[in-house]
Amino acid sequence: MPVFSTGGFIWIALATDLLIWLLVAVVAGYALYCRRHPHLKVPWARVFRNPAGIASLVVLIAYLTVGLLDSVHFRLALAGKDGGATAYSTEVLSFLDLGLSGLRGRAEKTYSAPLATRSYAKEQMELPDGKQVRDFPRLRSGGAHLKDEGDWGADVAGRVAKGLGYSIAGFILVFLLFRYFRKKKPEIPWGAALWSVGAILLLAGPAFALSSGYHVLGTDKVGQDVFYSALKSIRTSLVIGTITTLVLLPVGVALGIMAGYFRGWVDDVIQYVYTTLNSIPGVLLIAASVLMLQVVIDRHPEWFSLAAQRSDFRLLVLCAILGLTSWTGLARLLRGETLKLSQLEYIQAAHAFGVRDTRVLSRHILPNVSHIVIIAVVMDFSGFVLAEAVLSYVGVGVDPSTNSFGVMINAARLEMSREPIVWWTLATAFTFMFALVLAANLFADAVRDGFDPRVRIGATV
Amino acid sequence: MLAYIVRRVLYAIPILIGVNLITFALFFVVNTPDDMARMQLGARRVTPEAVEKWKEERGYNLPLLWNEKAEGAAKATQTIFFQKSIRLFVFDFGYSEDKRDIATEIRTRMRPSLALAIPVFLVGLAVCITFALLMAFFRATYLDVWGVVLCVAMMSISTLFYIIGGQFIASKLWHLVPISGYAGGFDAFRFLILPVLIGIVSGIGASSRWYRTLFLEEMNRDYVRTARAKGLAESVVMFRHVLRNALIPILTGVVVVIPLLFLGSLLSESFFGIPGLGSYTIDAISAQDFAVVRSMVFIGSVLYIVGLILTDISYTVVDPRIRLN
Repeated sequence: MPVFSTGGFIWIALATDLLIWLLVAVVAGYALYCRRHPHLKVPWARVFRNPAGIASLVVLIAYLTVGLLDSVHFRLALAGKDGGATAYSTEVLSFLDLGLSGLRGRAEKTYSAPLATRSYAKEQMELPDGKQVRDFPRLRSGGAHLKDEGDWGADVAGRVAKGLGYSIAGFILVFLLFRYFRKKKPEIPWGAALWSVGAILLLAGPAFALSSGYHVLGTDKVGQDVFYSALKSIRTSLVIGTITTLVLLPVGVALGIMAGYFRGWVDDVIQYVYTTLNSIPGVLLIAASVLMLQVVIDRHPEWFSLAAQRSDFRLLVLCAILGLTSWTGLARLLRGETLKLSQLEYIQAAHAFGVRDTRVLSRHILPNVSHIVIIAVVMDFSGFVLAEAVLSYVGVGVDPSTNSFGVMINAARLEMSREPIVWWTLATAFTFMFALVLAANLFADAVRDGFDPRVRIGATV
Repeated sequence: MLAYIVRRVLYAIPILIGVNLITFALFFVVNTPDDMARMQLGARRVTPEAVEKWKEERGYNLPLLWNEKAEGAAKATQTIFFQKSIRLFVFDFGYSEDKRDIATEIRTRMRPSLALAIPVFLVGLAVCITFALLMAFFRATYLDVWGVVLCVAMMSISTLFYIIGGQFIASKLWHLVPISGYAGGFDAFRFLILPVLIGIVSGIGASSRWYRTLFLEEMNRDYVRTARAKGLAESVVMFRHVLRNALIPILTGVVVVIPLLFLGSLLSESFFGIPGLGSYTIDAISAQDFAVVRSMVFIGSVLYIVGLILTDISYTVVDPRIRLN
């Protein structure tokens, strides 16, 4: 685990951080490559001309920004230690944590409803005159600035108005920016993007304005702010959705193409492997692997010096397991396509010229199946995000100490039977997840329409 | 045909052996029985004697692949691989952690699983096909556009939400049905109606959209144009021509899941407390009962392979152009 030391803190590069930034670099490289090659630029241009595609892309970018801010980790130096080696806090923080330090530090004792000033549970309290009463205590930070609780309505309204003010200011800024871009690239539906930006700002402005004084979305069982957990969970979802593909792609592409190109015994072996893997019910295979992983982690506590590293390792291995159990679909698709392609004249011609197999594969086959790969990548993303929640419910998901939507749902599900009902954790987790998955699905559709000529013909009926 | 089926069944054997090797590697090689014993016993009670006793009770005290101490054929049979993995082939699953016979357990739990899974499958299929047919019939109208939007939105909702939301509305707010539980006989209806409904609703999004694509693809074919050119009514074209032909990929696509219905649905069963195979599996996973998980993996792969063979057969049944050989 690389550790870079600087002044008041040290950088901690978690394994998933490195992979995420590697992925960002890969995507940036791919984007540059696409700009230079018209055959790739055209389908992507089609994607960006699709209003639903561009609107969902804006939402995805918003999620991605939060996720990336949460992917730079460090440990702060502990105060009051001058001379000798500096000690560092065992708590691993990210840029997002710094930005939300107001939310992170203000824990309550237990549940509290959104925007509440008083706790969810009654407590024994002592009045100034020495009498004991059982009542709902005031929260430590939620609405603590209010002297009189009667001011609650006015205060909330004021903050919402202030938040909306920020939203409108931001919106005008984006609007002007988009107007400038519209002149340069009139073919892109900037209006759709603007709608999306507006919706995000409309929600984000008041939410952040309120969160300075209240728990906007309530607190969970241990008093943690739910809004904060939801924002932190975004990274986990993105990691699961993207790094899994990073694992799945090389295996699926290599085996699929090889099976279709070489045929014969290579095809037999690869088909055997993927039929075998496919025949094991997915959840069971993942569960079995994760259970085994659990034992390995328990047996080697010395591998991890920090709790964050241990849970990060588990997240990473979960991605690997998900990836290794779900490459079969892509491989089968690519095998079929390669079988078709290798019959075509230009491949025959390449053979006649004596071009080597590796070169035929990399120069002629791979570029011609790349649209299938791109479509598969974007289509799989939402599936993995949803799978994480289910796996966490089954108990074979991420580490319980990791912030994730699955963990949130799992913890909150038992509270549905309480009276009055604790609905806010579930509602938050589902809403955040729904927005992410919906945006991913819409974007995937746009990409498929842009890249798959067959579907576009079908859609014009 | 018969020769083909026999060949496919024979081909299933190496696949099952592969499945067995994977589970064997996962459960016994990556982690030795000692590790499992330590995890099951808990950190406090781990002594060498306790570990030995735990292993002996479950027959994990044998060597993995080759028993040097035994005589003759027992060298191969008195091993964990033979006792725990090969025996699965004759459906001898052994005992779970709480010392119950897994085979009996599976037989009794199969029925509630099927009672939930079969209605979800059949009604769900009918609902999705109807919905997809409607969207295809009214293609390129608002009904179609909003239908697709609805499908995408429904696809984006987590299954967990359907279950938790359904339970909350139907059982907590309206008190229509019990929140969870199960009873034998006709009483089961009360407990099953909500999970069945939720199972159907949660599947509508993805399937309907997929079927709609299939219908639209079929409607582009020449024979449909011919049918219209003959002056047939649009409804006749839809039901007699398009529906029948589009049913081929739909039905052959779903055949593979029919055997897997036996395994039940993991989430619904465990949320609604239905004592089927799905909840059995989830309980086994959370109790880390490896014997049960291993058995379910094996059964699952057997059923999947049966599904593959059925799919091939169904192709020949619905499409006379396909011959298996």
